[in-house]
Amino acid sequence: MSVSQAIVVDKPPPLARGWPRARIVGYAMVGVWILFGLGIVAYLVYAWNPEFFARYAPAYLQGLGTTLSLVSISMVLGAIFSLPVAYGRMSKNWLLSGLAYCYVYFFRGTPLLVQTYLVYYGVGSFRPELETVGLWWFFREAFYCGVFAFSLNTAAYQAEILRGAIESVPRGQWEGAASLGLHKLQTLRKVILPQAIIVALRPYGNELILMIKASAIVAIITVYDLMGNAKLAYAKSFDIQAYIWVAIVYLVMVEILRHGVEWIERRITVHLHR
Amino acid sequence: MPAQSIWTLLSWGPDGWSDDIASGVLVTIVLALATLPIGLTIGFFVAFAKQHEEPSLRLAANIYTTVFRGLPELVTLFLFFFGMPLLLQHIVRLFNPNATIDVNSFIAGMIVLSLIFSSYASEVFLSAFRAIPKGQYEGGYAIGLAKWQTMRLIILPQLIRIAFPGLENCWLSLLKDTSLVSVVNLAETLRQSGVAARVTKHAFLFYSVAALIFLALAILSSIGTSYILRYLGRREAR
Repeated sequence: MSVSQAIVVDKPPPLARGWPRARIVGYAMVGVWILFGLGIVAYLVYAWNPEFFARYAPAYLQGLGTTLSLVSISMVLGAIFSLPVAYGRMSKNWLLSGLAYCYVYFFRGTPLLVQTYLVYYGVGSFRPELETVGLWWFFREAFYCGVFAFSLNTAAYQAEILRGAIESVPRGQWEGAASLGLHKLQTLRKVILPQAIIVALRPYGNELILMIKASAIVAIITVYDLMGNAKLAYAKSFDIQAYIWVAIVYLVMVEILRHGVEWIERRITVHLHR
Repeated sequence: MPAQSIWTLLSWGPDGWSDDIASGVLVTIVLALATLPIGLTIGFFVAFAKQHEEPSLRLAANIYTTVFRGLPELVTLFLFFFGMPLLLQHIVRLFNPNATIDVNSFIAGMIVLSLIFSSYASEVFLSAFRAIPKGQYEGGYAIGLAKWQTMRLIILPQLIRIAFPGLENCWLSLLKDTSLVSVVNLAETLRQSGVAARVTKHAFLFYSVAALIFLALAILSSIGTSYILRYLGRREAR
């Protein structure tokens, strides 16, 4: 059949045979990784200590819960707070857009650790004033301070994601919706956002992963999250496996999320593939 | 505590803390600048391996980025800072049973930041590699250049130009990540400000100073990178 003959199959070139230099290096590198992995497994088996496990595993689980609740609360609060910031960034009013720009620039330009210190130690040093306003109970708790700092930080990033996604939708979509008689809010909800979500999904996923990784920082301001419990376990036992276990947990969490985001992205872009 | 004005606290000299914080800023800048070439080199080779046709090379490079992008920076730092001496000690004690090893926090920070920076930079380099058409390689081979010559003379100049904006982002996050090394007692900006905050009890003031310093460094680097970008653009226009 001529039809089947006309289709040219684009095949990758056949792999080189024998042992070119790249293959030797590649096998050596993979070998190093396998050795490294085996080394860690061997160490964990060799250093297996039921007492250590019985003592710290519940603490780790509790820490995992703290980490997850910190990240999810901050993400949600940040998402809510990112709406006015994104609105400000896109507004034509120079005062609003200037304010929003400064906010975003500050929180993206300074380390999260500094922001966390600024909230926990910095704001916390105004104790008498806070007590008169009745906010001391909030800034006394390291966990709430962490949530506060993380929400403000992620709001800046999420505002930029939101703005980028909304601006990625062509102007014609707004105009088309307006000519159909939809008002702005309806346009945003029914026309713009469904298209913007596709663009925004991956950055949102990355932001979530970054937040999970960054949440280890709150261990430094004495919150007993996953990392905080690892620090505690290490300080008590001087056993490096405290950190190895926590590294494995973080790595598994991040990988699950990364693949989850990829799966969702494949699902919601089905109509774009042919 | 005698009431000191903010300006005394921020002055230069024995009463003020500016000189201490300035030395911290210097450490921050040196740490970031020392990490940059190492991270760029590793990142380039990892990206090179990721787009290579040899599957084993790709696998090894992908494991590298998965591990160092997946681990929180702080966990990597602690693993190296506490784990490295243990490992080295085991090895050294085979030869000299009484040796003890201490890892310098600057060196540990440099290694960890290079690992993290290179795994992010490799993604940037990888997408730049993909943006260069195959014909560029083929043209290089056609005029008789060897593989590494093609890479150095034809691919690399274009690669740097394409990757530059992405690398700028990596540099900014490197600058911010240096603050984490303060946790293992490296006397950089945040650490020095923290000491000042604890001694003077003006935590808000000194942490704000630290934040402003990081902001100033970010602004300075974006001025610097815009100059480099203009230079690269001029090169392209010629």
